[in-house]
Amino acid sequence: MKQTFCVIFKKESSIIAVDSISCGPHCLMNVDLQTDATLQVDISDALSERDKVKFTVHTKSTLPNFKQNEFSVVRQHEEFIWLHDSFVENEEYAGYIIPPAPPRPDFDASREKLQKLGEGEGSMTKEEFTKMKQELEAEYLAIFKKTVAMHEVFLCRVAAHPVLRKDLNFHVFLEYNQDLSVRGKNKKERLEDFFKNVVKSADGVLVAGVKDVDDFFEHEKTFLLEYHNRVKEASAKSDRKIRSHKNAADDINRIASTLYTLGTQDSTDLCKFFLKVSELFEKTRKIEARVAADEDLKLADLLKYYLRESQAAKDLLYRRGRALVDYENANKALDKARAKNKDVLQAETTQQVCCQKFEKISESAKQELIDFKTRRVAAFRKNLVELAELELKHAKGNLQLLQSCLGVLKGDT
Amino acid sequence: ETSKYRSLAGFSSVLFVVLSLVKVFLSQSPEAACLSAEDISPSSNGPRDDDPDDLFAEATEEVSLDSPERQPILSDGPSPAITPVTPVMISPRVDVFDRSPDQDEDEEENRDTFDIQISVSDPEKVGDGMNAYMVYKVTTKTSLSIFSRDEVCVKRRFSDFLGLYSKLASKYMHMGYIVPPAPEKSIVGMTKVKVGKEDLSSVEFVEKRRSALERYLLRTVKHPALLKDPDVLQFLESSELPRAVSTQALSGAGILRMVNKAADAVNKMTIKMNESDAWFEEKQQQFENLDVQLRKLHASVESLVCHRKELSVNTASFAKSAAMLGNSEDHTALSRALSQLAEVEEKIDQLHQDQSYADFYLISELLGDYVRLITAVKGVFDQRMKAWAKWQDAQVMLQRKREAEAKLQYANKPDKLQQATDEIREWEGKVQQGERDFEQISKNIRREVGRFEKDRVKDFRVVIIKYLESLVHTQQQLIKYWEAFLPEAKAIA
Repeated sequence: MKQTFCVIFKKESSIIAVDSISCGPHCLMNVDLQTDATLQVDISDALSERDKVKFTVHTKSTLPNFKQNEFSVVRQHEEFIWLHDSFVENEEYAGYIIPPAPPRPDFDASREKLQKLGEGEGSMTKEEFTKMKQELEAEYLAIFKKTVAMHEVFLCRVAAHPVLRKDLNFHVFLEYNQDLSVRGKNKKERLEDFFKNVVKSADGVLVAGVKDVDDFFEHEKTFLLEYHNRVKEASAKSDRKIRSHKNAADDINRIASTLYTLGTQDSTDLCKFFLKVSELFEKTRKIEARVAADEDLKLADLLKYYLRESQAAKDLLYRRGRALVDYENANKALDKARAKNKDVLQAETTQQVCCQKFEKISESAKQELIDFKTRRVAAFRKNLVELAELELKHAKGNLQLLQSCLGVLKGDT
Repeated sequence: ETSKYRSLAGFSSVLFVVLSLVKVFLSQSPEAACLSAEDISPSSNGPRDDDPDDLFAEATEEVSLDSPERQPILSDGPSPAITPVTPVMISPRVDVFDRSPDQDEDEEENRDTFDIQISVSDPEKVGDGMNAYMVYKVTTKTSLSIFSRDEVCVKRRFSDFLGLYSKLASKYMHMGYIVPPAPEKSIVGMTKVKVGKEDLSSVEFVEKRRSALERYLLRTVKHPALLKDPDVLQFLESSELPRAVSTQALSGAGILRMVNKAADAVNKMTIKMNESDAWFEEKQQQFENLDVQLRKLHASVESLVCHRKELSVNTASFAKSAAMLGNSEDHTALSRALSQLAEVEEKIDQLHQDQSYADFYLISELLGDYVRLITAVKGVFDQRMKAWAKWQDAQVMLQRKREAEAKLQYANKPDKLQQATDEIREWEGKVQQGERDFEQISKNIRREVGRFEKDRVKDFRVVIIKYLESLVHTQQQLIKYWEAFLPEAKAIA
């Protein structure tokens, strides 16, 4: 399904408007998420204002719980986070991999660059200024499209999950057309979160130390730990690589401009030469920039996403591990109570509860982890194939430009 | 072994940034030296710490009169600890110069018998520690009659080249000849070599210098007048070369800086030259513009070289991480595909590295050479202004002498009158000489600029085509690698 965006952002005094761009279907991280007709969710529109982004969440559903079959609401990033956190905090969902929250929209770097460009307007020629402005706007648009995609993927994952899609908060999120009055966490709450995380990671280490009787889970534990770290490393390295690529493309841009000036000024036969080469570099530079952008989309984003998903899977294992420890502790408490013959009933009920909890988590966790692997393999396959195809397409385009230019230049001599 | 190479690549990219910053800095301050015109004579000596803009004013090599390397280098006999530097073949020797004989027909004599090949090779380190220096083998192969043999091999060190340039500049620049400048001194680069670090960056530095020296000699002998110069012949042929006396303070750019500074002093004496010839004004403006653009281009290309090296390093590091990821992936087919991806990226990293060498040795060095050459061209125009000023001064003097004589005639002092008449004759001669010199230098410059522009067109054409061919090669390789990978990715089930 096609989406159209209109990006308008204000920059101090002037408004830089980018016309609406239509994007293809998202969900690049996950395949087969849009096939269920009972509940389809997507982000049909988005607006970027100075410090926030407004997403238009569009739902199509045949489910009876909704008042209408098709409706839209406007949501901001904090509301997505609220929804995600409500899943995490819900004990009922302890046995599922909670779809990772979308990252916060971050236009700071891009906005800064645009500002610097505006300030430096006087020091460059009109052509240079227009060129740079176009590029920065394209960059802003790319970041914008990405953040929309991330938010959409989150919603799609929730909608595709057999249990989470029935969540009441999710329905409120989709349907309630007023502001959810969810504010971002204040300093105190963030500090609390920080400490909670410290405790949780310490606990996680303890829990992970407990050897699991179940081979499947033991294997998953070791696998996920290593995998998560490796994905983190690969993600960081791929980001650096892509940044270097962009830098090189920028240099070629400057070279093309200078060659153009040389071409217009030169009094010898070289003028035609320079102009032709300048033209060539303009085109190849665009291709190089596209290569970097495609690598970013197909490789870097993939790795980033699976970094977050593998963390969510690790969290699931932690919760199960926690439940196991609680269960074992409850068992020990029960034995002690029976030995002392004191509070046996209470100990028995506690033990029962822990046992149920543990078994419930284990059962769904197994399936979740198997699904995770299936999703992962499918996503990597799709993206690696597309990456290779795009690299080939660009390299062939580049080659063709270079060879035709060489042909002209050699013919001239 | 390759990991050592890798980790040093990072360092070398930093060094390249430093070197290029240094080079940009040095080539951007032609007016920075503040020596007066009298110091152009080769007998001047000593460090110039009165130049506030000269980064390395205190760092010029001081050679004491009895240090070992002052002895001329003998072609046989025992030499102090020569450590041959086995050059790691970093890149294919990039042949910047089109060695085919010049096909153009023009008024230059002997052009179609231009048959000389010069190569600078086999850098060897002589000595140890801070007194060490590099010695290069200069091989000349020629059929020209002015040379005594068909093939000559001599050993020269860097200061010998500087010495040659300094002699040629002092002989020919004031006549309007564009004398190609020698390569820049580099304290940073040389110190590393001296200290004995046989790492990648010092090997690259030596290769860069060797290549620059070769280009310098080729440009010098391409000039028909310089080719016949006895100093050039001596440099190329004689096994013993008298030690260049004052080169420790003078690099090619240093001399140009002084010459241009002197010329600027002339300009500042408010001599508004009556340019009767629009050609000169036009050409000067063109060279001015060319200078600005070439410097800009050079800076961008140096930045590209740097970023491409960075890209190569980062690609290699990503390849490693992708391999690790493939190892930990427990789905067999995906694991295999990720390892293949790692291999592809590793090959691509090598491609980027090779490309950055091409960027550098083809384009960046050519631009650097031309930035320096244009400084020489500007210097030559300034010499013409100086000649004009001298001529005008002579005319003014003659006028004064004539007025003095007229006064003396009224005063009736016969002995002083005779002196005055003699002086008039003397100054008439000087005026005529001044006019002749001015016309000669103007004529020379016209010819020189014509030749220069022809060479420039040829150089740039050849280099740019070579560079585009290197880009073509890179893309062809990329296609090969990705085409091999695609089926692997599709095979993930």
